[in-house]
Amino acid sequence: MSTIDLLREAIRAKLPDLDMVLAWGGDDPLRASPLFIRTESDLENLAAPHLYVSNLAVNLYSLRSKKIGLVVKGCDSRSVIQLLKEGLIARPSLYIFGLPCEGVVDAAKINREIPDAGRATGLAVRSGRVMVQTPENEHILDLDAVLADRCLRCRYPNPLIYDQLIGEAIPVGEIPDLYQDLDEFEALSLDARHDFWMETMRRCVRCYACRNACPLCVCKAHCVADSREPHWLTLETNVSQKWFFQVLHSMHLAGRCTECGECERACPMGLPILLMRRKLNREIRELFGYEAGLDLMTTPPLSTFSIEEENIAEREL
Amino acid sequence: MSVVDGKEPSVKELRIIGFLCNWCSYGGADTAGVSRFSQPTDLRIIRVPCSGRVTPLFVVKALMSGADGVLVSGCHPRDCHYSEGNLYARRRLEVLKRFLPTLGIEPERFEYIWVSASEGERWQTSVTAFTERIHALGPSPAVKVNRYDARLVAGGL
Ligand code: SF4
Ligand code: SF4
Repeated sequence: MSTIDLLREAIRAKLPDLDMVLAWGGDDPLRASPLFIRTESDLENLAAPHLYVSNLAVNLYSLRSKKIGLVVKGCDSRSVIQLLKEGLIARPSLYIFGLPCEGVVDAAKINREIPDAGRATGLAVRSGRVMVQTPENEHILDLDAVLADRCLRCRYPNPLIYDQLIGEAIPVGEIPDLYQDLDEFEALSLDARHDFWMETMRRCVRCYACRNACPLCVCKAHCVADSREPHWLTLETNVSQKWFFQVLHSMHLAGRCTECGECERACPMGLPILLMRRKLNREIRELFGYEAGLDLMTTPPLSTFSIEEENIAEREL
Repeated sequence: MSVVDGKEPSVKELRIIGFLCNWCSYGGADTAGVSRFSQPTDLRIIRVPCSGRVTPLFVVKALMSGADGVLVSGCHPRDCHYSEGNLYARRRLEVLKRFLPTLGIEPERFEYIWVSASEGERWQTSVTAFTERIHALGPSPAVKVNRYDARLVAGGL
């Protein structure tokens, strides 16, 4: 049986015990949208695994009073672990279908490769190749060329938490994240880095899609960005406000962000905002040897301390 | 930099914000004052109940709003009035310090130190050293952000 059939059957079997199951579906051959499965007929709309781009864990906090089934890829499972360990959701009200993931395709990259991608009628993935069907052509692309960025550096394609695994786990070697993007950025002069953020934040439309897409940003309407008391941000549409918001979001995610990349993917302006989160993650890994969303037991490093900090030097003036 | 006893001819003062813990450094600054140690006057002190009260965002907000330097000073590790506030602060502030260069802000503009209420002299040395450091760096690039915003408003970008 193909993965999609295995998944469909697994969901069908569990559906009676659950209020709903969160998966991906829709008719667009290049991208799937979140699918809230409540009845068996909804299962007809299930999309194929290479389109399971979004991180459905973003819905868990607001649905925490329900009995939810959730399909997770490796990366999504880390968000679930992080939410669980912070006590934001409870394990008993969750049933997890774990999906070993071969990577998801980035529709924007396909659009760049294929001029008539907008009229695509079908997409199939077979042995490292992507076939895109359009009315006049059949295009064949390398899967690697159109995979989402985060999949190219993915170290955890297999879910780290699940009740049921769909299909076989994927063998993974040691894939270190070398933070090459960050190294390149940090090789720029201080002024150039500053200017980069000025130019980037100039384009921000302050829609907060980045925040809303983040599975760990659970404050939603209570976000300090929207609050008048305290008044962290004004309504001015200037670079300082927008830049400060990005720093605020990044700092609130420090030691919690799993680098799912949803913030950057959601950004309508295509701004490279994950870079800030990756910077904090790298520092936190170096300082505290910690990565978010890997296990349920450890405490996020900024929620705890050591009396003697191994990697923090005494500061003197 | 003006000096209270007036020995140095004053250079233009810069804006340095100090977040000082009520239980130690604030007292330390007081001790220094009572002992009549001369100190640079660029520092604007904000008294906080504990260095653990200082979210890194206070520092960022100050820097982005035009502060030329920010100093956080709390009780020595193990001496926190609330036993552990400064230990949480140490982790957060260290992370912030490492984050600043990626934002294009000189990390030297921000420092965190530990000064107890009895250490008037240590306070004087620290605040003098920090003020000198900020003067060596010159006015903050946040001025540039504001200039950037002003140009935006004027339609220049
Ligand atoms: S900050 Fe971005 S990358 Fe990190 S968890 Fe949130 S959405 Fe994912
Ligand atoms: S999603 Fe992009 S444009 Fe919207 S607030 Fe975030 S960074 Fe700005």
